[in-house]
Amino acid sequence: MSMERSGHARADASGVGAAVLRKEDARFLEGRGQYVADIRLPGTLEVAFVRSPVAHARLKAVHVPADLERRVFTAEDLADMKPIRAATALPGFKHSSEPVLASGKIRYVGEIIAMCVAPSRAEAEDMAARVGLDYEELPAVADVARAMAPDAPLVHEEWGDNVFITFSEDAGGDIDRVAAEAAITVTREIRTARHCMFPMEGRGVLAHMDARLDFLTVISATQMPHVVQHGLAECLGLPDGKVRVISPDVGGGFGYKGLLLREEVALAWLTRRLGVPVRWLEDCREHLTANANCREHAYAITGYADSEGRLLGLDCVAHVDAGAYSVYPTSSALEAAQVANLLPGPYDLPVYRCRSHAVASNKCPILPYRGVARTGVCLALETVLDAIAVEAGIEPWELRLRNLVGPERMPFENVLKKHFDSGDYPQCLRRAVDAIDLPAIRERQKAPEADGRRIGVGLAIFCEQGAHGTSVLASWGRPVVPGYEQATARLTADGELEIRVGTHSHGQGHETTYAQIAHEILGLPLERIKVFQGDTLLVPFSTGTWGSRSIVMGGGAVAEASRALALRIGAIGAWLLQAEADAVEVGAGMVRGGEASVSFGEVARAWYLQPQQLPPGVDTTGLEVTAGYRAERDSGTFSYATHAALVAVDTETGLVEILDYVVVEDGGVLVNPMIVDGQITGGTAQGIGTGLFEAMPFDSEGQPLASTLLDYLLPGAADVPDIRILHMETPSPYTAFGVKGIGEGGAVAPPAALVSAVNDALRPLGVAFCDVPLTPDAILGAILAAGER
Amino acid sequence: MKPAPFDYTRPASVSEAAAALAAGEGGAKLIAGGQSLGPMLNLRLVQPRLLVDVAGIEALHAFEETADALRIGAGITAANIEDQRIDTGAVPLLQRVAAGIAYRAVRNRGTIGGSLCHADPAADWVNLMPALGVRYELVGPSGRRTVAAADFMTAAFETVLAPDEVLETVVIPKPSAGARFGHVKIARKTGKFAMAIAVVVSDPGRGVFRALIGATHGRPLVVEEAASLLGSDGNTPDTARIGALLVEAGITEPAARQLHLTALRRAAAEAFSKALPS
Repeated sequence: MSMERSGHARADASGVGAAVLRKEDARFLEGRGQYVADIRLPGTLEVAFVRSPVAHARLKAVHVPADLERRVFTAEDLADMKPIRAATALPGFKHSSEPVLASGKIRYVGEIIAMCVAPSRAEAEDMAARVGLDYEELPAVADVARAMAPDAPLVHEEWGDNVFITFSEDAGGDIDRVAAEAAITVTREIRTARHCMFPMEGRGVLAHMDARLDFLTVISATQMPHVVQHGLAECLGLPDGKVRVISPDVGGGFGYKGLLLREEVALAWLTRRLGVPVRWLEDCREHLTANANCREHAYAITGYADSEGRLLGLDCVAHVDAGAYSVYPTSSALEAAQVANLLPGPYDLPVYRCRSHAVASNKCPILPYRGVARTGVCLALETVLDAIAVEAGIEPWELRLRNLVGPERMPFENVLKKHFDSGDYPQCLRRAVDAIDLPAIRERQKAPEADGRRIGVGLAIFCEQGAHGTSVLASWGRPVVPGYEQATARLTADGELEIRVGTHSHGQGHETTYAQIAHEILGLPLERIKVFQGDTLLVPFSTGTWGSRSIVMGGGAVAEASRALALRIGAIGAWLLQAEADAVEVGAGMVRGGEASVSFGEVARAWYLQPQQLPPGVDTTGLEVTAGYRAERDSGTFSYATHAALVAVDTETGLVEILDYVVVEDGGVLVNPMIVDGQITGGTAQGIGTGLFEAMPFDSEGQPLASTLLDYLLPGAADVPDIRILHMETPSPYTAFGVKGIGEGGAVAPPAALVSAVNDALRPLGVAFCDVPLTPDAILGAILAAGER
Repeated sequence: MKPAPFDYTRPASVSEAAAALAAGEGGAKLIAGGQSLGPMLNLRLVQPRLLVDVAGIEALHAFEETADALRIGAGITAANIEDQRIDTGAVPLLQRVAAGIAYRAVRNRGTIGGSLCHADPAADWVNLMPALGVRYELVGPSGRRTVAAADFMTAAFETVLAPDEVLETVVIPKPSAGARFGHVKIARKTGKFAMAIAVVVSDPGRGVFRALIGATHGRPLVVEEAASLLGSDGNTPDTARIGALLVEAGITEPAARQLHLTALRRAAAEAFSKALPS
């Protein structure tokens, strides 16, 4: 029996590699998607939370008016609940227990303190306005500098300082010796602003008791229903089997929905208490003021190079403002760990030292946002490389070319023993330089622009380790470590295919790409393949969708299950054809033996409805297979890209316009290139937000200062140029079909490319930037200051 | 983000609206397009007892072109001007400014009178009308009065409008044939409120050479004899004097001053350029 893929299946119009339209878009485009807010259960009550107005305080009392006592709930009511604890087993990690509702101490603005329930949200908000808080304000830890000061107030008194954990890397040799000998030394201080993730759909939770199936059912916009199920059960003291979590259509996650929420636990408790469905929908104000939870890094970084610009060493001290608590399951350690881990990037760096601190502050807990630490890391490293290029007197791209790891050295282990699976980084860079037409830009820069603006070009390169497996994540000591990803493939009685997966699509198009993978193996048309996800009752356990893992892990599992199912189908089909099992082929929805064939429908009919036709000794597990998958080597896939930006800077207003933007991306074999283009475009738009617009300012007492979209700027249609995407496809040697994770990369490089481009434009004025976002205020201020020098 | 409870009335005429405001004794608030008031209600920044919805009042949607002016009802939306559902061609800047206000969804509902009465220092209409020599017709229980646009706004979010008065009509004088305009709005991004606005109007036929510096902390600065500021050719600005004016208006930060100066210079350059203004 043979069922090999016939090489690279571009010939097949809907298999791996085909840019087919997304199956799920029919319902999304026609407004028939089912998000949490679209689901109606009779008798649902609405919840509004009383949130902390201050960043740091001792909470002495919560005054609930007497007429509201049965409709407002506080920490006292929830006394039987366990707090949320994201324990990591890393040595030296200081633990934080996040209460469901705050009591005793308030640690950030927006922390939930009381829960008000009413027939409508407006009435619940009226109640919330009547709840009084008696608190004694404490000095706030509003930034890293304050947190690290010797006399700093303490977020968690029992710790003695404000550091969750410090990661140290010393690799490749003695950095002090490098420092003494290097011809070029460049030091920069670089900051990325804290900001909000802002998916189109906010968070939302609808909880109810299912008496028939005996479940507490929590419908939540989450990326990881099983993790929420397990976490909820632990907090509530219930067996996992009594908790069902449904994640319906989800309008964007980016990490914002990759955790166990206090609100999920609170509503789960509430519906058990009241016996009626309860719902909470996050509004824009809650998102902005209580959840600016990503990206805030500070780097003091020094790069060493020889006179030719060859990198000799990198020395860095980084601080991540991790907020007040460690969230479940990613923990407050992840971001700082990734900084120390990822900083060397795709370069051949001989010596490396880094100290990376996860710092506690009176802000909401940090969450890993699309790209996780890479966005800051890429900005820090690429900015230093640009500065070294200037010192060495060579073009920035040429400096990078001298330091990138060549394809002949793949697979490559970098200074931290990180295992790069495959790729041709120098070629990726060259293609980007060609595509943006660097020589033409250099020529154009020789004459002034007609409109008086200055143009500049910037480059940034990064690698995106995705689909980290057990071997990587177990070493991080996380409470939830992914293992074998599973998928179930089932043939229905009429020969259609159902796929069940534990990952959850929140915009990635898995209903299409997983179907393409199953189609690749079984050959059924896509419209006869249905992909189920997002319900702990229906799908295999999974840690969910995060870390650019789904197409590698979930896709691999779908392939395994489809292959195993093909064997079962083949065995029955062969019997029906009166052929030997190893003499038939399974594909195109048929079992073929020579000239004869039977359809999957006939095979399914035999198993389900006419079992008298089955062969003796048939596999009694039937036409339903659950299979597990783990990449051959699970240290992760390495996608990578070069971003090149051409900008015009108006030196009289400080405004930046992106004139051209090129992405040359290598994500291995692309299951659906159209979907990948969408991922890259969307990610790049978010990266442009990080680079030019997004920042949540906090005052010295930890108050977030942007409470509406008037003050919090997101990139809009007019700010995102037509992004030109070019693909390379170097297969991963370790994964099914050679795919690589690619979900996050778009958001990584734009800040670095934009800073590089603006610095290129303004270099003649003696102005250089390191921090993002690059606001007109900052640009204009620096130009004016340089003019006065 | 839901408003606190309020009562609601929808009067049929301007005088009924004024009467409702008077009866509200300071607890009543007028709502037209709701593009500023709506979010403020939702954020509970304002909690009026009564909302007086003027959207259905016919007189506020009237438009008339007379021999020397455009008379625009205060309830006319930016989108209606942007789309030229009323022909404002006699004052060419109106369509351009309308089209640059916020986003289309805001322009669909936001009214010219609502914006003027809300008096946000960075709003577009607020920073245009004084430069055009516009007058507003206000109606209250004691009758009708006319106020010059330059005198209407007194400070950020403050106007001379009495608590029971309604802005009914915006009267915009028609420029003469040789009039030239410059208008520059500098914003972080499309759709956002301005960081700086400047308007320059040169209408020798009517003896007007006026400059407006807007999106300040308060009412816009209007300079009637702009030659003293910009030179008689419009292209020799007295940067020291402009800087002093800005400092006087509380704009002390160098980058912000630079932005206003840039806007003004560019608006003047547009008004005095050889190309016809768009």
